[in-house]
Amino acid sequence: MDGRERQPQTPAAGQEAPTDRQAWNGDAGGAAPGPGDGRLAEARREGELISARGILLSRGGRTLLQDVDIDVAPGEIVTLIGPNGAGKTTLVRVLLGILLPNRGEVKRKAGLGVGYVPQRLEVDRSIPLTVARFVALGRRASAAEIERALTEVGALPLLERQLTELSGGELQRVVLARALVRSPELLVLDEPVRGVDYAGEAELYTLIGRLRSERGFGVLLVSHDLHIVMAQSDRVICLNHHVCCSGVPHSVAQHPEYARLFGPQASRAIGLYQHHHDHSHDLAGAPRPSPPFRPQEFK
Amino acid sequence: MTEPFLMRALLGGMGLALVAAPLGCFVVWRRMAYFGEAVAQSGLIGIALGLALALNLTASVLVVTLAVSGLLLLLSRQSLVPIDTLLGLVAHAALALGVITASLIQGPQLDLMTFLFGDIFAISRADLRWIYFGGLVTLALEIWLWRPLLAISVHEDLAAAEGTRTEYFKGVFVLLLALVVAIAIKIVGVLLTVAFLIMPAAAARPLSETPEQMAVFAAIFGMLSVALGLFLSVALDTPGGPSIVLMLAVFFMAAVFPSVLRQRR
Repeated sequence: MDGRERQPQTPAAGQEAPTDRQAWNGDAGGAAPGPGDGRLAEARREGELISARGILLSRGGRTLLQDVDIDVAPGEIVTLIGPNGAGKTTLVRVLLGILLPNRGEVKRKAGLGVGYVPQRLEVDRSIPLTVARFVALGRRASAAEIERALTEVGALPLLERQLTELSGGELQRVVLARALVRSPELLVLDEPVRGVDYAGEAELYTLIGRLRSERGFGVLLVSHDLHIVMAQSDRVICLNHHVCCSGVPHSVAQHPEYARLFGPQASRAIGLYQHHHDHSHDLAGAPRPSPPFRPQEFK
Repeated sequence: MTEPFLMRALLGGMGLALVAAPLGCFVVWRRMAYFGEAVAQSGLIGIALGLALALNLTASVLVVTLAVSGLLLLLSRQSLVPIDTLLGLVAHAALALGVITASLIQGPQLDLMTFLFGDIFAISRADLRWIYFGGLVTLALEIWLWRPLLAISVHEDLAAAEGTRTEYFKGVFVLLLALVVAIAIKIVGVLLTVAFLIMPAAAARPLSETPEQMAVFAAIFGMLSVALGLFLSVALDTPGGPSIVLMLAVFFMAAVFPSVLRQRR
C-alpha cells in the first residue's frame, strides 16, 4: 500500500553497501561498525545514547529511509551529511521519536535528556513570549540557569526581548540556549547555520565543539556539506536515503561514494578547510594562530 | 439589575467568559478557530437529538461535539483536501444536518433562532450548575495542563523531542474544547460560540507580553463584555448573545487599533 513492498530505488544497504563499507573501513580505520560486525556492534550499543537499527520509512509510496543504522555515543560528535532531500531531517525526526518508522527500531538510553535545534523554527506570532520564557518552556529553570545558557551562546542581551522581534540568527542562538538549559546528554542540531554567514557558521561549530568538551554531551549534527563541520566531528555518516559511507571525517572525504554524491571538488575543499582551521593568515599572508572565540561575533 | 433572570444571565455569562479565556488563547495560538466553528455548528445536531430523545441538552451536545471532534481528527490525516476546506465542509454539513433534524421535530419546543444565537436570559438554575461544575473542571484542567499545552503550541516538534507526549495533550485539548462548546451553546448559540473563545483572546494579544497575561486579559475582556452586553441588551432591548459579541468586537478594535496606527507611521 504505502510502498513497503516496493523495491527501493537506492541500492539495498543490506546487500551491497556492507561489503563496500567493510572493505573501505579496512583501509581507513577508525570507522563505525556496520551491521556485519556482529557481537562487537551489539556490545557497542550498550553504552550508546541513541541507537537505531534497520530503519525503513516510506511515505506516499516513496522510500525515504532504507535500512539505516546509526549510533551516537556519549561525548561524541556525529555529523550526518547528504545532499538536499536525502532524508537527513526525516532520520533525525525518527531518532527523536517524532516520526515512527515503518520498520526498524530506535533505542534511546532510559531517561535520555535531549536538546533539539530544529532546522527552521517558526513560532506563531500570536503567542506573546519573551526569550527567557521560551528558553525555560516546558521545564522549570531558574533565572540563573536561563542567563547562563543565554550567555553561553552570546545571547544574554536578548533575555527580555519578544521572540517575534528576533532576527533569524538571533533566534537560532536562542533555540540553542533552550537546548542547553536542559543540560542535555544529547544535542541534536539540524542544519543550525541556515541564514548564518560563513564566519558565524565557523564560530557556531567552534562553540558546539567547546561545549561538548566542557559538558561531555553527545552531538548529532546535520549538515548538507562537510566543509566546515569537519574539524569538530568525530564521525561522519553520509546519507542518501541509505547510509552511503561512514567513518572518521577524513576517510569519508576520500570515499568514492562521497565524491560521487558531492563531486570531487568537495573532497579537496575539506583538505583545505582542515588546514585553515589550525591558523589563519594575516594580510601579508603570514600564518598566525586562530583568534580566540568571541560569541558576540556570530550572528 | 436585580431581576433573578438577569443575575443568572450575568453569572452564567461571566463564568463562561472566565473558562473560555485560556482555552480561547490556545484556539488562537494553534489556529483552530475553524476547528472550533465546525465543532460548535455540530452542536445543533446534539440539541435536536437531545430534544427528540428527551435527554439533557448539554450532555447530548457534548456527545455530538466529541464525535465530530474525533471525526475531524481522523479526516485531518489525509492530505489531498486542505484542512480549511475540510473544516468548512464539516461545519456546513453539521449545520445542514442539524437544521434538518430540528425541522423533523415538530412543535413549539424548538425555536431555531434560540439555538442558533442562544438565549442568555433563559439560563436556569440547572444551567448555572452545569456552567459552574463543568467550568470548574475545565478551568482546573486548563491550569494543570497549561505548561505542556503551551509548549506544544509554541513548537510541536521541539516539545515532542524534549519528551512531551504531544498526541496525548492534543487529544485532551480537543476534549476541553468540546466541553466548553457544549456549555457555551446554551448561552450564545451555535453560531456565536466560537466568538466567545477567539474574540477575547484576540483583543488581549496586542496588550500582552506573556502567555499568562494574554489569558488573564482575555478573561477580563470576556467578563466585561458580558456585563456591558447585558446592560446594552436590557437598556435597548437587543438580543443578549449578539450584544455581548458586539461588545467583544468593540474591545478588539480598541485594543488592536493603536498597533495598526503605530505600524503606519
